[in-house]
Amino acid sequence: MYSVSFVQGQDRVFNTPLSEQGIVGFAIGLAASGTVAIAEIQFADYIFPAFDQIVNEAAKFRYRSGNLFDCGRLTIRAPVGAVGHGAIYHSQSPEGFFAHVPGIKVVFPRGPVQAKGLLLACAEDPNPCIFFEPKILYRAAQEEVPLKHYTIPLGTAEVVREGNDVTLIAWGTQVHVMLDTAAAAAELGVSCEVIDLRTIVPWDEETIYKSVRKTGRCVIAHEAPLSSGFGAELSASIQENCFLNLEAPIVRVAGADTPFPHIFEVFYLPDRLRCLDAIKHVVNF
Amino acid sequence: MHAEGRLCISPCLVRLKLSVVNISPDREAVYTSKLELRRPELEEIMPVYRVLTKDGTAFSPEVEPQLEKDHVLKMFKTMVMLNTMDRIMYESQRQGRISFYMTNYGEEACQIGSASALNPDDFIYGQYREAGVLMWRGMTLEQMIDQLYSNVGDCDKGRQMPVHYGSRDLHFSTISSPLATQIPVSVGSAYSFKLSRNGRVVVCYFGEGAASEGDAFTALNFAATLDCPIIFICRNNGYAISTPVREQYRGDGIVSRAPALGIVGVRVDGNDLFAMYNVTKAARHLCINESRPVLIEAMTYRVGHHSTSDDSSVYRSVDEVNYWDKSNNPILRVRNYLVRKEWLTEEEEKQIRADCRKQVMTVFGISEAKKKPNPALMFSDVYDTMPPRLHRQMLATKEHVDRHTDAYPLNAFEPFNTSAVD
Repeated sequence: MYSVSFVQGQDRVFNTPLSEQGIVGFAIGLAASGTVAIAEIQFADYIFPAFDQIVNEAAKFRYRSGNLFDCGRLTIRAPVGAVGHGAIYHSQSPEGFFAHVPGIKVVFPRGPVQAKGLLLACAEDPNPCIFFEPKILYRAAQEEVPLKHYTIPLGTAEVVREGNDVTLIAWGTQVHVMLDTAAAAAELGVSCEVIDLRTIVPWDEETIYKSVRKTGRCVIAHEAPLSSGFGAELSASIQENCFLNLEAPIVRVAGADTPFPHIFEVFYLPDRLRCLDAIKHVVNF
Repeated sequence: MHAEGRLCISPCLVRLKLSVVNISPDREAVYTSKLELRRPELEEIMPVYRVLTKDGTAFSPEVEPQLEKDHVLKMFKTMVMLNTMDRIMYESQRQGRISFYMTNYGEEACQIGSASALNPDDFIYGQYREAGVLMWRGMTLEQMIDQLYSNVGDCDKGRQMPVHYGSRDLHFSTISSPLATQIPVSVGSAYSFKLSRNGRVVVCYFGEGAASEGDAFTALNFAATLDCPIIFICRNNGYAISTPVREQYRGDGIVSRAPALGIVGVRVDGNDLFAMYNVTKAARHLCINESRPVLIEAMTYRVGHHSTSDDSSVYRSVDEVNYWDKSNNPILRVRNYLVRKEWLTEEEEKQIRADCRKQVMTVFGISEAKKKPNPALMFSDVYDTMPPRLHRQMLATKEHVDRHTDAYPLNAFEPFNTSAVD
């Protein structure tokens, strides 16, 4: 087995000391001096030591310098989300924390084709990006991925299943849960439109509003805790922009407002059954 | 495959030598049966390198950096100019004309001495008390005072507090308030320079208080393990706002951390212009030739208050401040040197001080009269292009202000022009 550093050269692909704040700070400096920097945080759960570097430095680098300097060549990758037995520190979905930070982009693919196209878009985007990789899909998801270079535009959601009765919004692994739920709902005669948000910030308002204006009902699901999760931002914005079209309250199905538990994971996650119940609720409202 | 095999053999061989312990591939320790808990206070304290005595005499001709008269005079004039700007802008803040200021009193030699030993394109990251470095590099008084006034000439477009300078042309990264965050960032830049083999070094300044941040430790460690061409300059001025060094650390200052991390270190009299120059010059040479970091600890004293929001008489004595201001003043030391060399007369010194004052007062008036920037600049540069959501917020703000023109200080600003930032 040749390691990546053997192929690319040890000055291009290398280990750092074990320090997340160091990794992100270092990568910001690389990017600010013109090097494309792709930093990895081993688990999204361990990105918090670098929170200051991301929030106070990377995100504000361009703005505070009057565009004299920027770290747009920075991308931070981190495995994210539930994995079955990851408990408190190998399961977290921290996208909501970063969604509150002007200046960074937050991206969340749902599978291999999406992951490659969106990651290349992050690396080439002139803004600092955080790229969350759902780790439960690392080995589970298999599909044909083009070997050639291609990108998927950031800031665009994708309608992955068309429908007329309810709009279902999710990202990452949860998109697959939503697709399963939509299939189950179809058997009950409910036509669901499933949207993969893909980019958390800046998010694709147009696609979301267009869908909700058509269906009049909306269910949002994410693994992260309910309170102040990104679903809250979506729900509030949809309510402000689609008020006259809404036939039922927007429902959020999310993780509980608890740390992510070990043996209780099955009760914690917004699984297909909980999402299906939410669909029934908005349809019967 | 061959390379991996060789890597495997090496540690095995080391293990065969039973008298030593392999600490890392290039370090081994011997065993001892003598139980000793090492007390750091018994270790030798690192001495302070000095070239000039307090009265401006060089210890010996050999240690003098042999700088030309014009060069030393320029250094002196820059120090006086920095000191003059500090006095006037400090007063300006007291009068409520600018919102905030931080002086550089006592640290002029530390800044000018190091800056003048660097190449002009060596890249600098600072903390906030390094205005002299920018001044030495050629930032104009107008650019500096425009930043303090957050007017149309402000390099930050009115977005940051005063003294948060930056200049792309002068290779000085824009200052930010969070302490020590620039240190790991500067190491990344140094690594980038190493990759591009451009012959430049990165210099990163920080105070002894900032050195307590996690970012400082991790940055030094990254610089060492990744072999980065970087000079760290710690301004140890005795205080972090009201916290004296006794409450900041218990080791031999900051420089003692260098050998612990495998970094070359040196302690220097930060009030000695020539010592700062020599040390920085040597550090740069080593840094470039061996692509490894150097840590300089410059011992100095913060003569002024921490900032305009601080009254330092609450936590330290006037005698202490007076000693440093009157008896161990970095500008006076250079002045004495120049007079001794007959490169400066009292008359010329008076003229220099008067010229500096006149220049600062002139620019001060010009900058104060300038308008604040277009309010639409509040919304640009968050990203490279403005996202639609942010664009709507800008238009909504403009529309709101247009309906309530009397409620906002629009006269102080350039016209609120949203199309200028699209």
